Amino acid sequence: MSLFECRDLVKHFGNIKALDGVSFSIERGKIVGLLGPNGSGKTTIMKIANGLLTPTSGNVIIDGKTPSPSTKKIVSYLPERTYIPDSMSVRQLLNFFSDFYTDFSRETALTMMNSLGIQETQEIKQMSKGTREKVQLIMVMSRKALLFLLDEPIGGVDPATRDYIIRTIIGNYNKEASIIISTHLISEVENILDDVLFLNQGKIVLNASVESIREDSGKSVDQMFREVFRC
Amino acid sequence: MVWHLDADTPLYSQIISNIEVAIASGFYKPGSQIPPVRTLAMEAGVNPNTMQRAMEALEQKKLLFSQRTKGRFVTSDTEVIETMKKNMAKEKIENFISEMTKLGFTQKEIIEQIELNMARTEAEKDEPV
Repeated sequence: MSLFECRDLVKHFGNIKALDGVSFSIERGKIVGLLGPNGSGKTTIMKIANGLLTPTSGNVIIDGKTPSPSTKKIVSYLPERTYIPDSMSVRQLLNFFSDFYTDFSRETALTMMNSLGIQETQEIKQMSKGTREKVQLIMVMSRKALLFLLDEPIGGVDPATRDYIIRTIIGNYNKEASIIISTHLISEVENILDDVLFLNQGKIVLNASVESIREDSGKSVDQMFREVFRC
Repeated sequence: MVWHLDADTPLYSQIISNIEVAIASGFYKPGSQIPPVRTLAMEAGVNPNTMQRAMEALEQKKLLFSQRTKGRFVTSDTEVIETMKKNMAKEKIENFISEMTKLGFTQKEIIEQIELNMARTEAEKDEPV
């Protein structure tokens, strides 16, 4: 059984077809890139998978179930925008996550925070944008979830922070869990992906492994993307 | 170690040759332990599954071996390493010869050019700085 599956997923916003029949499935232990230009439907898929939007038709199946409180237990979600409250300190944030998620490992989070020199007493509001993004990702990756849904984890941060984020994702990888990363910064992430899904105007236009794309075309996924989506 | 990965060829084969170079150059010495897959994947910034497959391929080539609980090691068999080095050298030389032939050099001229350049490099080494 696949860990994550989209079955003929359709989502309309008024007259706009955000998703127009998306079907794909992801096995355990995979790191998959959900790639597409702005407005192609990446975030819509992420939101449906987290129960934040309901599909017009079709469905999302996570470990055999449709999005519900029970799937939220096994899904760790990094939304496009950080949601950690400004008024909290790192310690309060750690307490908050420990209370909220039974699979949250305070120890994992603390180890990663320490490696960045972030203290437990530090206030979120005193942090730079890049540090906040790192903290948010650390919180999300410190859960022993089965499915990690990361919506634009490297958008809007400097190259050194991107590098840190990518290494954090690799460092927390385990064979039982899958990671879906949506982004349009392809060259930065393609080396860590098993498979890529190209999404255009609400449709999957390519579903292949990174290695097979490179092998068959002699091109990077980034180059391939530029060709598929040439304006 | 320092990784050299390009973007348009499969990572699997690039990882294999990067590790082979590290063994050939003595960065990873015969019989020494190499870091776990996760550490190597983080260092190289690549997918851990791809790193795992490359390690298995290097085990099949007898360059690495794993011990159930202890981890993965470079072979102590220096003959295996020598053979690998010679194979790598062969490949590089074949590429070089083919490039030189494209430039219009004959076999004799290629050898002359090599000797000339080797002598020049040696002379530069002796020059006082």
